[in-house]
Amino acid sequence: MTTAVAIPGKAVVTQRRFGRRRITSLTFAVLGVVLAVLVAPNLSGDDKSFAFERPPDPAKITFDPPTLVTAVGILYLVLAVPAFLGTRWDRVVVWAQAVSAALLIPLILAIALALSDTTSTNVTNLLDESLVLCTPIALGAMTGLWSERSGIVNIGIEGMMLSAAGVGFMTYAVLGDGTATGWMWVSLVIAMLTGGLLGLLHAWLTVTFLINQIISGVVINLFALGLTGFLRSEVIVDTGVTSGKALPEFGIPLLEDIPVVGDQLFRGQPIFFLMLVTVFLTWLVMWRTPWGLRVRSSGENPHAAETLGIDVIKIRYQAVVLGGLIAGLAGAWFSMEASAGFEDAMTNGTGFIALAAMIFGKWKPFPALAGALLFGFSRALGARLQFLGVEIAGFEIPSNFWQMLPFVVTLIVVAGAVGRAVPPAAEGVEYRRSR
Amino acid sequence: MNEPKTVNERVDRTMAEGQRAIRAAIDLQPVLVVLYALLLAVIVGGVLIWVTGGNPFEAYWALLRGMFGSWDRIAASISRSTPYVGSALAMAFAFKAGLFNIGAEGQMLVGGVTAAWVGTWAWLADVPAVFAVPIVLIAGIVGGGFWGGIPGVLRARTGAHEVISCIMLNNIAILGVRWLVNSQDPIVLRDPAQSVPRTADIAEGARLPTFVESTPPLSAATLIAIGMCIVFWFLFSRTSFGFEVGTVGANPNAAHYAGIGVNRIISFTMVIAGSFAGLAAVSEVSGNQHHFQPGVFVGYGFDGIAIALLARTNPFGVLPAALLWGSMLSGAGLMQQEADVGIDVVRIVQSLVLLFVAADAIVRYVFRMKSHEPGSDLRTVETGAAA
Repeated sequence: MTTAVAIPGKAVVTQRRFGRRRITSLTFAVLGVVLAVLVAPNLSGDDKSFAFERPPDPAKITFDPPTLVTAVGILYLVLAVPAFLGTRWDRVVVWAQAVSAALLIPLILAIALALSDTTSTNVTNLLDESLVLCTPIALGAMTGLWSERSGIVNIGIEGMMLSAAGVGFMTYAVLGDGTATGWMWVSLVIAMLTGGLLGLLHAWLTVTFLINQIISGVVINLFALGLTGFLRSEVIVDTGVTSGKALPEFGIPLLEDIPVVGDQLFRGQPIFFLMLVTVFLTWLVMWRTPWGLRVRSSGENPHAAETLGIDVIKIRYQAVVLGGLIAGLAGAWFSMEASAGFEDAMTNGTGFIALAAMIFGKWKPFPALAGALLFGFSRALGARLQFLGVEIAGFEIPSNFWQMLPFVVTLIVVAGAVGRAVPPAAEGVEYRRSR
Repeated sequence: MNEPKTVNERVDRTMAEGQRAIRAAIDLQPVLVVLYALLLAVIVGGVLIWVTGGNPFEAYWALLRGMFGSWDRIAASISRSTPYVGSALAMAFAFKAGLFNIGAEGQMLVGGVTAAWVGTWAWLADVPAVFAVPIVLIAGIVGGGFWGGIPGVLRARTGAHEVISCIMLNNIAILGVRWLVNSQDPIVLRDPAQSVPRTADIAEGARLPTFVESTPPLSAATLIAIGMCIVFWFLFSRTSFGFEVGTVGANPNAAHYAGIGVNRIISFTMVIAGSFAGLAAVSEVSGNQHHFQPGVFVGYGFDGIAIALLARTNPFGVLPAALLWGSMLSGAGLMQQEADVGIDVVRIVQSLVLLFVAADAIVRYVFRMKSHEPGSDLRTVETGAAA
């Protein structure tokens, strides 16, 4: 169902009558009606509130759930209208849909509060947790970015993270007994190097031996599982150290005093800050330096790059190893920052969620960070909703469902809720030097 | 060329030609590569054992005896390997279409829980085995096929890479099935009479006959597994659908130009792949456990990927590869008992075997084998979404 739209001065543009944009707006409109008519009247009328600062005595916004839900419902209906008005309104539609998506957050929280026994929930905590939880995902996304921008598909990120977590903590337990501060930093470096080593393996297998890149990634994941299980049962358990000191939390002196934002962004553990730095540096190096340009061209058209004298093989090795080092940092987050210890398979699919974040960000660093934040937020939200003990008609939603939330969100994102994402052109394709 | 002058020379010439003909007919090199890869992995594993203070010879000897030491152990090895066949075929069939089905873990769980649920339906208790068994098997196939179809349809319709959607669905399946079986309030599928969270035993009629009472028991599930390989071979090599699947795998654009409905093939392939996994799960439930416990299925899906790669996605290669894999895990218990070496060493050896097979160039270099085929069937395949 396409109609040809003639725009004066431009070529004829064919436009689907019911494209993705309209379907999204229609979905929001229907949701709005459902909210206003079905959901709101059935919610309890007790006042609930959102807290915005750390206790004690946080600043609060109190509201009446049915009113809020009805208001949001009507707003959704209004925001859905521009999509049906014509091409002139396209910019407004994008903005309207972004606002609708953003409104989902207070909406879900409000409904959750109304369905549970708690009267208030702290919103800043939620943001805090999202930022913390997004750290390994964002780092993993950077790993994937470096690798895939150079043309090598890397699904072994999970394995790289896991091995780094295991080896890093093992070093800490064996050499530093889980308590020494100096050895902690050494273990961090060793964790990064482990990731880099596995990156080197992946590069060696895919660039030199031309193994199918997905298979190489799967092999790395399986190998990491076996290796870390072995290390844990043979080495870590023997040391008797089950948990140690985590990396210290600190704040940047002046910046952390900024009212709401300062506490979130400028106070945290080292790897969190390193993540922000990594994302920024990735953007800077890849889009503002000659070497970054070479990396990108190796991924788009390696043969053309070769004609300009770029050593594609060397560039790919460098990019994948760099990605591996970043993955090592992400792994260290698991066993040395989020918790100080090592469990089997503690990465729990984060490497793959990182890939989804990268695709969400269309292979660019800052949008990928936004994607990581989204997934971190869904993890934090899941934990928060579980904590609130939400009940629907007397049926308490089980914890498993909340744990599913990040995976479902990833699935929706990957299935194209954000439009078709185009990867670097030469990704996954065998490259042999021209004779 | 000199004409053979003597009888001896003539005999030599004929022998040489005969050997050449045999070598051309039976391509032994892939098998040799796997064997050498196994040797290399065993050596590296032995070094690891030695480094952590064990005796590698003692450990491997215990492992071998644990694998094949007695008739009972052989039956146990075969039975332990059976579920891996289905999950490997799930990966292999999808690979023929150029798809990476690493969702076998989730597909097995969904297939198994569906079958266990159907097996406990009240009216099934009175149905004779000749109907009850197929009903339960079909339930497993439908469950697995459905869960496999989701990534397939997503890939066909939206271009979503099946690797990521499979992994997400794996995790969703793990969590969902765990809730279904563990939930006590409300009780969904859990058997309240049991202390361990599991479903109720399925109807007597729905159970597969057992042949040997080993641990685990050797049942008709093994025959089903062999049957699956034959079905796979027939489907892929002797039907036009199989031909279309292979074409899509080799070159989706060419397939599209040839008029093959690429999206349709992708969806159906994933459904069938999921069905293999579901059938493997249901035969495990029906033949071995007689109930469903999610913890039992941990790792079958991922190991299936490895076995499919070891077998180079050849359905009949899957049987010995799965046997090797399962019997190693089965024999690891004795190795732990006698040589005090944990099961993780077996896992490392397994992943090393996989590594060396996947990177067959390493094995060839170490053992100085000449590269037989310039393009191995495990080489890079472009997996772009067809228009």
